[in-house]
Amino acid sequence: MRRSLSSLATATALVCAAGFAAPSAQAYTVFVTNEKENTVSVIDSEKLEVVGTIKVGARPRGVTLSKDLKWLLVCASDDNAVQVYDSKTYQLVKTLPSGPDPELLAFHPSGNPLYIANEDDNLVTVVDPEAGKVLAEIPVGVEPEGMGISPDGKVLVNTSETTNMAHFIDTSTHQIFDNVLVDTRPRVAEFTHDGTQVWVSSEIGGNVTVLDAANRKQLAKIKFEIQGITPDAIQPVGVRHTKDGRWTFVALGPANRVAIIDSKTFQVVKYVLVGQRVWQLALTPDDKLLFTTNGTSNDVTAIDVEKQRAVKSLKVGRYPWGVVVAPF
Amino acid sequence: MAAIAGQPALIWQKAFASGAASRAAGVLRRAIFAVLALPFATVAPALAQGPATGAATATAAKSITILMVRELRDRLPPLSLLDQPPKDDGIAGAKLAIDDNNTTGRFLNQSFTLATLENADPSALVAAAKGEVEKGATGFIVADVAPDTLLQLSDAIAGKDAVIFNASAPDERLREEACRANVKHTAPSHAMLADGLAQYLAVKRWRRWLLVVGTQPDDALFADALRRAAKRFGHKIVEERIFKYEVGSRRADGGFEQIQQQIPSFLQGAADHDIVLVSDPGSLFSDYFPYRTWEARPVAGSAGLYATSWHPAVELWGGTQFQNRFKRLAGRNMRPLDYNVWMAVRSVGEAATRRRSGDTKELIAYMRLPEFELAAFKGRKLTYRDWNGQLRQPILVTTDKLHVTVSPQPEFLHQFSELDTLGIDKPETKCAAYTK
Repeated sequence: MRRSLSSLATATALVCAAGFAAPSAQAYTVFVTNEKENTVSVIDSEKLEVVGTIKVGARPRGVTLSKDLKWLLVCASDDNAVQVYDSKTYQLVKTLPSGPDPELLAFHPSGNPLYIANEDDNLVTVVDPEAGKVLAEIPVGVEPEGMGISPDGKVLVNTSETTNMAHFIDTSTHQIFDNVLVDTRPRVAEFTHDGTQVWVSSEIGGNVTVLDAANRKQLAKIKFEIQGITPDAIQPVGVRHTKDGRWTFVALGPANRVAIIDSKTFQVVKYVLVGQRVWQLALTPDDKLLFTTNGTSNDVTAIDVEKQRAVKSLKVGRYPWGVVVAPF
Repeated sequence: MAAIAGQPALIWQKAFASGAASRAAGVLRRAIFAVLALPFATVAPALAQGPATGAATATAAKSITILMVRELRDRLPPLSLLDQPPKDDGIAGAKLAIDDNNTTGRFLNQSFTLATLENADPSALVAAAKGEVEKGATGFIVADVAPDTLLQLSDAIAGKDAVIFNASAPDERLREEACRANVKHTAPSHAMLADGLAQYLAVKRWRRWLLVVGTQPDDALFADALRRAAKRFGHKIVEERIFKYEVGSRRADGGFEQIQQQIPSFLQGAADHDIVLVSDPGSLFSDYFPYRTWEARPVAGSAGLYATSWHPAVELWGGTQFQNRFKRLAGRNMRPLDYNVWMAVRSVGEAATRRRSGDTKELIAYMRLPEFELAAFKGRKLTYRDWNGQLRQPILVTTDKLHVTVSPQPEFLHQFSELDTLGIDKPETKCAAYTK
């Protein structure tokens, strides 16, 4: 049943792709880490094709770009390093000290420093990427993962998967100033673009907690219900907001769907069927396309944000995990 | 620090910060050990005479003590040198969970302490544990004891604000006709393990089983579970044979010459079968079967392909970090008993976190609510069955080196929870005490 639905979606997506021009006005470059292949797939967002593959370190997961867009940074978790690649030539520039088992990372909006979650050592490591130096280590809960930075750069929110908390860290002092208990196994923390809210996804808890960034009070707990899918299979991970503050997307893991949520009312308006075990998400800079990494089916799905439907699924490497879109 | 066999000793360990966090900060972990004055206890000279109660060692109001109770049993050694249990089997899992609880606890001003009681004499062990509960030193007991000892312990503390987690005994009767309202089970039952294996064999369509049963009491119990699973998932046991073997004589400078003759001739002339199922939970003889069968058939059950709650090579669902943390702490691989104990101690930690409380009564009540859930590296939430206190959990189906699959298999559905396709389900339960 699941398989036939999935192929139906793919077929529909292919028809759409053939029938209409790709909705993205401009071509962007999408980078996808393939956890079990030690590669990064490079996708052209206009053609919706894989245009290149970069060989990287062991178990690549979190991925991001430097502010000047020159560097592509990849968490090579099993190499205990963050690798820096030239974002145009794909050559390895250098390796940053990251602490053990880096999983996700976030830049300060100014471009420096870089904050890295060390899943294996209950730490957030603060790194100066230019100097390649560790500036600080912040002890957090068990298995830190999610890293959300406020738009003004003053607050870093880290989630710890086994402690089940969102740790609010003052970036000027590197001190935790609040710990908010959320539901089981929090994976991702994402500030809204206006900086007023932090959305935290709980993978095992099966919901998303919306926190008021000013006082850390809970504004909403968003639950998901999908006909024919057992509640245990609904495992929220990736969270992305559009810049206009209208829509929030949440990847639901083995439920194989992305929830589209009205960011104002916190109501789920639609579930879009994608590939299997969808984890991380990234929007194009113009917010027209959303890319999803579907770990178990080895593909990436592009979702048309306006039409709220899948456009195409494309095969990448084995177990795609992280995704970032470059504005070039 | 290790208790002397046959003599009761109580060991307290107070962890002030999580292992990993304190290591990172370059701080040496402080530990206080105290041996409580108990009848017949010999105080080891290295250990100072300590305060008499757990409450006295507590530094904060929100200190929670978890008592691990171990019955030191003379058990026959498993065949393989690789399977010999380490001295801290289970204890190391408790220590890791205490560390994990404390890492979370320091954000909530809660601290967790592990105490252990060890004894070869079940009555003395039960009396000592009862004494700790009556003193108010703890309300949370994690038990690695024989089934009858578990029942004695349960009866001894009945009516008190205390709960026991059975982390080792897979016996069905503890969850069924002899179930107790104050006992939870983090160890999977024989039926859960057998069902997990049988589901995968059904997916493989290896439906004709030749069942080999050893002569130990546990062998008969697991064989019962396999027979039930066969019926439940559409398998056929084409023949059963009892393997009468002098167990325990595992080591010799030779042996394989005879074994490679003995096993095939034992299996000769059996009815047509797809797979040989061997029931030997103690691993006393089943490892002699793979590659020595008369027919070229796979072996499953207690050797070859087997079902378990944990495996040291599992890296699924964030398991890598969990395994690494354990190895750093214990200097060895995590075994199923360590994992079962970890789940018990983490259950208490999870309840304390969610209720922001150290009150025994409140935490026990919370752990009985449907909203209580535990994340334990199995890719979904684990919850306690409200009819017999068994922790629902996916079962690993594995070889010695790597998992093959994780049950329940997606082909088997259930109206409430797919995890309830494993083990005795609510409509079948004989447990009455739990729902009273």
